[in-house]
Amino acid sequence: MRLQKATRCALYAVLELAKESERQISAADIAEKYGISANHLAKVLRDLTRAGLVESMRGAGGGYRFSGNAKRVTLYEVVHMFEDVGQGVRPEAGDDSPIGRALNRVTTEIDEIAVSTLKSITLSTLLKLTDRLAAEQLLSDKNS
Amino acid sequence: MTGTENLTGSALDLVIRNSKPADVPGVVKLDERITGLNKSEYWVDMFERYGRRKNRFFLIAEGPSGGLVGFIIGEVRAWEFGSPPSGWIFALGVDPESRLGGIGSKLFSSMCSCLTKSGVDTVRTMLARDDELNMAFFRSQGMMGGPFIQLEMDLPNPDGKPNGKRV
Repeated sequence: MRLQKATRCALYAVLELAKESERQISAADIAEKYGISANHLAKVLRDLTRAGLVESMRGAGGGYRFSGNAKRVTLYEVVHMFEDVGQGVRPEAGDDSPIGRALNRVTTEIDEIAVSTLKSITLSTLLKLTDRLAAEQLLSDKNS
Repeated sequence: MTGTENLTGSALDLVIRNSKPADVPGVVKLDERITGLNKSEYWVDMFERYGRRKNRFFLIAEGPSGGLVGFIIGEVRAWEFGSPPSGWIFALGVDPESRLGGIGSKLFSSMCSCLTKSGVDTVRTMLARDDELNMAFFRSQGMMGGPFIQLEMDLPNPDGKPNGKRV
């Protein structure tokens, strides 16, 4: 599964902010850290703000801050804001044929697994995974 | 045994221990509160099969005043479709009013310790795709999709006709 650019930007931003929810971080800092376009990120942050997942802090030292509950918000909620995932099969030519119906059964199964995976991973769980992978990488670097 | 003790915010006073025959009614009640189904016979059978055999574990979480607030069941399985011995967790129940108090995490880590002592280094489980609560819990403990995948099909009725479950 390949996530669209806006979705990845949103996930980077929301996870970076959720990692230290008390801290305000500027869009420029997030863009630089992940090598993404600042303009693109600004648009995504507006959407995340409207959804109540982040809040924009004005004034000196302003930036963005996470305002959701990292133990409750799932990857699906963020991904679903920017792209259709598991929205069922769009009507296509051949759908009513026996092979079309069988193919749709298979693609629906794939969609359902993707949705169930995204719905079961909270931001908090993904941050734990991030830490675990970083620790594993550190160990691997030490041993090599 | 009652299934209601407010432990929210702390699992410090929680005791995790092996199940005893006297726990079965408490497990039945707790499971009924969670699933809405009374499965007395099933739980008596589960205790017989998992409560007192080697490499099978039926653990109970007991609150500060001795009430049953959770349970977990697991075992070591070996060589199913080539899988080396590994731990399997196939039941977990936590008192709904005591959720987010660390009971599930403590039961899970205790089960992992039992399985590790039995000589395995992997633990697995299988859940319904739409069971978001348990799926999110197990993922929060570090579990991820593994190399096995669950498959199933509907069996025809004895007369050979489709059973009509799947359209």
